[in-house]
Amino acid sequence: MAAQDQALAPINTEHADPVLIQRHSNSTISDKISGVVLGAPTPKQWFVILGIAFLVLQLLPFSFGNLLLIGVGKFGINQPVGWGMDIINFVWWIGIGHAGTLISAILMLFRQEWRMAIARFAEAMTIFAVMCAGMYPVFHTGRPWLAYWLLPYPNTMGLWPQPRSPLVWDVFAVSTYATVSILFWYVGLIPDLATMRDRAKSLVTKFIFGFLSLGWRGSAKHWHRYETASLLLAGLSTPLVLSVHSIVSFDFATGLIPGWHTTVFPPYFVAGAVFAGFAMVLTLAIPVRKWYGLHDFITDRHLENMAKVMFATGMIVCYGYFLEVFMAWYSANPYEWAMLMNRVNGPYSHLYWALWICNGVSIQFLWFKSVRRNTTWLFIICQFVSVGMWLERFVIIPMSLHRDFLPSSWGMYYPSLVDWTMFIGTMGLFTFLMFLFIRGLPMISMFEMRTLVKKPAEAKH
Amino acid sequence: MSTYAPPQEQAVRQHSDPTDVFGIMAEFDNQEDLLKACANARDAGFKNMDAYTPVPIHGLTDALGWDDNSVQRVVFVCAILGMTLGFGLMYYITMIAYPMNVGGRPWFSWPAFVPPTFETTILLSAFGAVFGMIALNGLPMPYHPVFNNPRFIMASSDRFFLCIEADDPKFDLASTRKFLEAQHAQEVVAVEN
Repeated sequence: MAAQDQALAPINTEHADPVLIQRHSNSTISDKISGVVLGAPTPKQWFVILGIAFLVLQLLPFSFGNLLLIGVGKFGINQPVGWGMDIINFVWWIGIGHAGTLISAILMLFRQEWRMAIARFAEAMTIFAVMCAGMYPVFHTGRPWLAYWLLPYPNTMGLWPQPRSPLVWDVFAVSTYATVSILFWYVGLIPDLATMRDRAKSLVTKFIFGFLSLGWRGSAKHWHRYETASLLLAGLSTPLVLSVHSIVSFDFATGLIPGWHTTVFPPYFVAGAVFAGFAMVLTLAIPVRKWYGLHDFITDRHLENMAKVMFATGMIVCYGYFLEVFMAWYSANPYEWAMLMNRVNGPYSHLYWALWICNGVSIQFLWFKSVRRNTTWLFIICQFVSVGMWLERFVIIPMSLHRDFLPSSWGMYYPSLVDWTMFIGTMGLFTFLMFLFIRGLPMISMFEMRTLVKKPAEAKH
Repeated sequence: MSTYAPPQEQAVRQHSDPTDVFGIMAEFDNQEDLLKACANARDAGFKNMDAYTPVPIHGLTDALGWDDNSVQRVVFVCAILGMTLGFGLMYYITMIAYPMNVGGRPWFSWPAFVPPTFETTILLSAFGAVFGMIALNGLPMPYHPVFNNPRFIMASSDRFFLCIEADDPKFDLASTRKFLEAQHAQEVVAVEN
């Protein structure tokens, strides 16, 4: 690997902060990125992480076995808290997925070139996060083998879902989101799969990539329709991604529970989703870039830009927290005020204050450029954000439910072993799928990176 | 990592029978030369030709004298269809199949149908964009004559190709080859059918 890097042209220092280190040509980009799949030695960290993820993943059969054989009572939920970690984790995972769509769709519409190196990776993250998210409501139904009852279809029972309910909107939103994310990801892969097909040495790899690339031959007419379709998909995904978390927030906002019944939820949930998602992209991109030596493609500028988006959305989320406090006071509603006092000073108050430390205080370090460009600090802050966004959902969901209008029906919620094993198991599944993806498909869009290569004449100015 | 070596030039068969030939293909090592060659070919009156590139190049279809907005049309139709079907489904469920009084709301409480209708619109539009693009491009097509040029595998990596097809009215084995050779091409070969 080192010998090959030396063979490249010297780094062009005229661009102090490029989105692609300009010492690459179209073919060295393909060499480097397809090489990860087609022959470069796999770093030992890949085996370590994949192995750990595979072991952690084994918690899922344990929790699923419990839920299938015994039932949903193995979750820690009961009266008065009927929505616990199953819904917290659902919202958490869906939110993480949102960064992928934001990067691939919204930043595409804004023509942000730094999107290109991280889009493929982030889209894969979206798909795997949505897969993890989808398991929670399905198992929370209690009879996951009947999950198709959520869909509107003519049946002998004469029953139909109730389309006035946000929970039914959620079924439409999440299933559309998962489908469109997979389509968008696959369309982006087609030209790169053709590159892989043309570079593969063994017949089996040639066949697999040839099959998946649909016989793509880079025809100008094909590219023309391809670019139109990509742009339209970006335009369609942009309102879609905003709608998904808005609808998720409607699940709460249309309820009458103090702490849920608020109009700030849709924008505040969407900002929180992007915030958590960028934290997860950074969490994965920082180590993978290091292990695979992808510093030429994912530069410090990428990390800094992601840190800035994370910071901006984090501040919007904090504004949402302030607004919740303000509205509890301004509404002069005694139940809203009691809910706030319960957050600040109730039995779960340590989680509320931990939320402020994770999502409010930790991101303040991102004011400094030196922190935004320091991978170690950035990685640590991202972990705080991921924990903080989980706590936010805990604060919203069980903390609002556990003390409602009647003190006689107050109670406490404690996640059970099955809750924790399912949560940690989905983290294992997510990491496992992510690392399989890195090894099996080009993790950076080669054809988009080729468009960033400056021709010698252009590089002068 | 094994270094990637482009395939060696292979001897191209001499074609006596023009029906064996799919077209004449010129190879370029940069996109400017390709764009110029395409524009020249268009101006010389060639119609049935296509360029093959590793990156989308803006203005290339203009240079080829070709335009198409069928993907947009397909997506538009799919969007209308998705909206109609989605709203129709909500209407059918709440008004005909399973009318249920929810808090005294009107039977036709259409604002609640907007979010699911929006989702079905997006879903069908996305299907239209993806499957429409694939179908209009004639994919999947595992075999295509252009792959008979052994150097064509570079088209997905760093070479640019222009192929003037044999069914073009102006096509002639010798003169088309001469025309392409005059376009700063690296190499000009006849591609078998």
